[in-house]
Amino acid sequence: MLEAWSLPFMQRALLAGLVMALLAGYYGPFVVQRGLSFLGSGLAHAAFGGVALGLLLGLEPLAVAVPFTALVALGITWVSGRTRIRGDTAVGIFFAFSMAIGIVFLSLKREYTAEAFTYLFGSILAVSSADLWASLALLGVTALTLPLWGRWAYATFDRELAAADRVPVAFDDYLLAFLVALVVVVAMKLVGLLLVAAFLVIPAATARQGARTFLGMVLGAVFVGALSVVLGLALSYRFDLPSGATVVLLQTLLFTLAATLLRRG
Amino acid sequence: MTDGGPALETRDLTVRFGDHLALERVTLSVPPGAFVAIVGPNGAGKSTFLKVLLGLVRPSEGTVRVLGRPPERVDPRLIGYVPQFKTLDRTFPALAEELVASGLRRAWPGRLSAAERRLVEAALERVGARQLIGRSVSRFSGGELQRVYLARAFVRRPRLVMLDEPATGIDVLGEADMYRLLEDYQKETGATLLMITHDWEAAYHHATHVIVLNRRLVGFGPPERALSERCLREAFGHVGHAHGISLSFRRNHDA
Repeated sequence: MLEAWSLPFMQRALLAGLVMALLAGYYGPFVVQRGLSFLGSGLAHAAFGGVALGLLLGLEPLAVAVPFTALVALGITWVSGRTRIRGDTAVGIFFAFSMAIGIVFLSLKREYTAEAFTYLFGSILAVSSADLWASLALLGVTALTLPLWGRWAYATFDRELAAADRVPVAFDDYLLAFLVALVVVVAMKLVGLLLVAAFLVIPAATARQGARTFLGMVLGAVFVGALSVVLGLALSYRFDLPSGATVVLLQTLLFTLAATLLRRG
Repeated sequence: MTDGGPALETRDLTVRFGDHLALERVTLSVPPGAFVAIVGPNGAGKSTFLKVLLGLVRPSEGTVRVLGRPPERVDPRLIGYVPQFKTLDRTFPALAEELVASGLRRAWPGRLSAAERRLVEAALERVGARQLIGRSVSRFSGGELQRVYLARAFVRRPRLVMLDEPATGIDVLGEADMYRLLEDYQKETGATLLMITHDWEAAYHHATHVIVLNRRLVGFGPPERALSERCLREAFGHVGHAHGISLSFRRNHDA
């Protein structure tokens, strides 16, 4: 098994997966505790619309998907803040729209669009150095937001208390949605849009089972994400299984174990 | 705060949500050190009034001064807010001391510094809840949550404490304790207290001033005046007999 980790593509996959575990572990608890678990899935479908538009225009798909998905994230936040519908409904509307427009874009392109399917299922074993740099850049941006962690967590706990203490809760909603959109686009290339939401939701939900503090939940989510990436890649190499799906299956297994065995505060 | 000025002052305060008129031309002035109870039927605008004072809702018309300033320009450290604790998100992983420390930091704590820990422990001690340190708030009873939220408000030594139905969901003994804690804090610091309550009797016995709201200001003044039969009838449409304060009313003349 050890020789697997000496292969350059496995090393790149491991590094990309661990960066993803860090990012998703950091943002996941906000997503889960704010009741936005559906957002990751919705934004991934939105990203598909962006990828399709990029392919149609003959541009780098991710370069189009990033602003496209960010716009959709801001749109979802705006609609759920301004109208009488709940966040999950706003997500439902936007993701159906983005998916539909993506399908139309793809149909307009006359050539074969197999590339679109690599985004559907991801290809962590075919991570390019550009993908790796993109995820590292996002990690850098996230590190810059560390001073905001306390106020994001405060507003996640009780939005009204935070607002009364002059936390700019509406601005932070947009900022968080924007950053989660970036995570989703980067993760999409790695694990595929069908499994992106898993990375944001399952490690955080698993960590919640054993965590007594929000910081503990974040650290636990990073740990669960990292563990599932390392074990998942190893198992997928050993048994020749699809890597992204193996990672997510392991996350689900860890969640089941935690939900059965831990159940604390 | 402007020295000697009122702790709270509203002039023709009007709040509209679309077509709905939540508050209409409320004009009042509360002196510093008062213990104010806000009573009124459901939908009377009590919570809206509190949210205006907290700077969470902007008035549609009129002016508001809290500690001498417009609400959004008041230093939030001067205000201790105790929300209705039934709004607590029990799925959020939090320890008692973290909840209290959030009042100190105005952010959610990752780790508490030694200095923060001392202040937090003193605040929990003050409300008789030191034994809750290290325990998860998700499993707290109403009475325990009440104390932790009070400690959270007190920890920043506020000049103004605002409470939204603080007695809901706690037993009579807990309620008596709460009034004692509030009155002790007030005696020690001279702070102004403002609480929304459905309990006319508590308002009668503990408050120095009562605001009777029903979108408009129906009554304002010392409890024996504001809780007069005329004001209550105007606000609620009846004077209620279940609260056992009809005896008190009999002594009072209509304002």
